Amino acid sequence: MTQISHATPEKFIRYTREALLTLLIVFAFTTLILLLAGAPPFAAYIHIFRGSFGSWIKFTHVIKAWIPLTLCACGLLYTFRINLWNIGVEGQMMMGAVFTTAVLRWGLESQVPFVVMGSSLGAGIIGGGIWALLAGYLKTKGGVNEIFAGLGLNFVAQGLILWLIFGPWKRPGVASMSGTEIFPIDLWLPYLAILRLSPVALMLVAAAVVITALMLQYTRIGLNLKAIGSNREAAFLFGLKPDRHMLIAMVFAGGFAGVAGGLQVTGVYHRLIPAISSNYGYLALLVVMLSSYNVWLAPFVAFFFACLNVGGIQLPMMLELDSSLSGVIQGALVLATLAVHAWRSRFRRAEIFGKYD
Amino acid sequence: MLKKLLISVSVICLVLVFLAITPNGIEAAPKKPYVFGMLLVGPYNDHGWSQAHYEGGEYVEKNVPGTKMIYIDKVNPADRPGVTIPQLVDDMVEKGAELIIANSDDMKDGIREAAFMHPNVHFIHVSGDDVLTGKAPKNLANLMGRMEYGKMIAGFAAALTTKTGKIGYLGPLINEETRRQAASCYLGAKYAWEKVLRKNPNDLKFHVTWIGFWFNIPGVTADPTQVAQNFFNTGYDVVISGIDTTEAVVVGGQKRKEGKKVWAIPYDYVGACKGGSDVCLGVPYFNWGPGYVGFIKASISGAWESKWLWLGPDWKNINDLHTSTVGFVSGPALAPSARLKLDTFIKNLGSGNLNLFTGPMYYQDGSTFLKAGESASDNQVWYMKQLLKGMTGQSSAK
Repeated sequence: MTQISHATPEKFIRYTREALLTLLIVFAFTTLILLLAGAPPFAAYIHIFRGSFGSWIKFTHVIKAWIPLTLCACGLLYTFRINLWNIGVEGQMMMGAVFTTAVLRWGLESQVPFVVMGSSLGAGIIGGGIWALLAGYLKTKGGVNEIFAGLGLNFVAQGLILWLIFGPWKRPGVASMSGTEIFPIDLWLPYLAILRLSPVALMLVAAAVVITALMLQYTRIGLNLKAIGSNREAAFLFGLKPDRHMLIAMVFAGGFAGVAGGLQVTGVYHRLIPAISSNYGYLALLVVMLSSYNVWLAPFVAFFFACLNVGGIQLPMMLELDSSLSGVIQGALVLATLAVHAWRSRFRRAEIFGKYD
Repeated sequence: MLKKLLISVSVICLVLVFLAITPNGIEAAPKKPYVFGMLLVGPYNDHGWSQAHYEGGEYVEKNVPGTKMIYIDKVNPADRPGVTIPQLVDDMVEKGAELIIANSDDMKDGIREAAFMHPNVHFIHVSGDDVLTGKAPKNLANLMGRMEYGKMIAGFAAALTTKTGKIGYLGPLINEETRRQAASCYLGAKYAWEKVLRKNPNDLKFHVTWIGFWFNIPGVTADPTQVAQNFFNTGYDVVISGIDTTEAVVVGGQKRKEGKKVWAIPYDYVGACKGGSDVCLGVPYFNWGPGYVGFIKASISGAWESKWLWLGPDWKNINDLHTSTVGFVSGPALAPSARLKLDTFIKNLGSGNLNLFTGPMYYQDGSTFLKAGESASDNQVWYMKQLLKGMTGQSSAK
């Protein structure tokens, strides 16, 4: 996890090459599975490709998936930088969605919908941030591994959403996991009818990427995160406070995930549903790993994942593949990514030790 | 210059020739099919709700020449996280769909949003009431079957069969639709118990347990397998399913192998008894074909109307594939004597001699649903506000 501080072109090219290599392996893996399932792999890829780029509308759906993925990935860059595995990003996204929904419900009667919407996204940041802080405190004060803390908090967040949907926020007379009552149209995130995209969401993503890049590469906090992530003891002796910086990293991660959750509510579903986070948090973990923790590469990898997610729906529709197969492919993707990741870090370690032995 | 002139002239000639032969040309060329899309909430082969719809679509392809179905199943946020209804509709419209059927209550908001975005495409939302509530745009219609009758028959068969007097109802989520279906079941059971078997009303127990959705979603809903087991283990010897999948019959079959005298009644799909024949008393099912054909023919001929249709059984033969939207096939486990009583019951329902929704009738909390002698209107049945007095289980979310 000891990565770049200054993105020299050389390094960028190397990371791109590694990412491409990983994708190649993923493709080989997927092809094998498709062949085993008796599906024509080439046709499957064509359908996925067409399903993502076949028309502008399809492309906008890819962008809709890309937005939360990239936001979560940006957040995760902070925690990975300090060597924290923030699995809790999924739950942080959910809490962002919960806080956003709460503010929107409160502002249902409001005459100034855009103020309500703006503050609801702000609340989303706070919600995600609080949830991340909880995991952070468990780590720094309680000594609980952040992976377990995060996973546990994900379940709690999911439980909380279900309770809200079945309980206090239920539709009148209904107890169904279909979600809360849909919000009136003036509380939907405005989108450009011609483009079918929301400029606000796009600007938020662009801001997230740029802020993250600047924070990590040019600020003291970014440098400290890296120092602590690389060698905690040394950084401590150097006078840095690891615990405090872990909490800072968690707050950033939670905040970005919270916005992503909020956008899912205001921009996509227009209500709170149990699966509001859509596994984008977990997927973002893979995005970041696959992009070698590089902030400029992450949006591209996120885009690739978004294409797979949106285009993958064509498999059951066009090839009449049993629809669970797209799930199998995604699972394979996860495994392939992890395998490549493990192999690469071992390779790199050998390289480093080889040099200094 | 001359070249351009030549090209222009030949193009014009070509167009004219083409126009001249077009009428014949169209007849000769294979006609573009009328494509309709279907969004299924569960797997297309679930032996339940979604399969009934899928086969309804196949019925349309067979009976309305020139139609072609495209479908996507497992359209629910647990199976396809991040996939939205408007997104799938966009895709189907691009593939040429002129009418789209959404088969779940869960898709209500998504399909309305999609209908607003595609005013030239027709939409059928099954089980919804957007037309009744006035929320539907002109291109959105609602379709549902009067399953209340099927459920009454199921309840009747259950009460005739039970030895313990305890009937369990495996409920999905709680809303108006599921309350009215559970209530119908209870009314059928109560009638059999009190009027046919002439047993003490207090000895009939009818309990509803809701799992939280139309089928099992691990970690989100209660597990229907466990709920069914729990019923059978606590003295309920007949379990009636209100969910989209077949857990009640499967668990019943397992209990039967353990030597327990138990029965089950699945739901939704005509073939749902298969695989559990020794416990299956029969199945109330939907036959969506005829309803779909009506809408699709109207859409093709330009006679589309946004309406709310609640289609009933064809009482001449409730199992007529071409006319009856709701049916009931008796299962192998139903005793022959009960079968005769069931036929009489169905006849009486059909002739109108028997209307089970007749007052006095009370809601679960004791408030009046129907005054003495009053029979319920469609609206009162559709918007069933609570379970009925005499039933146990939740009427709404706590």
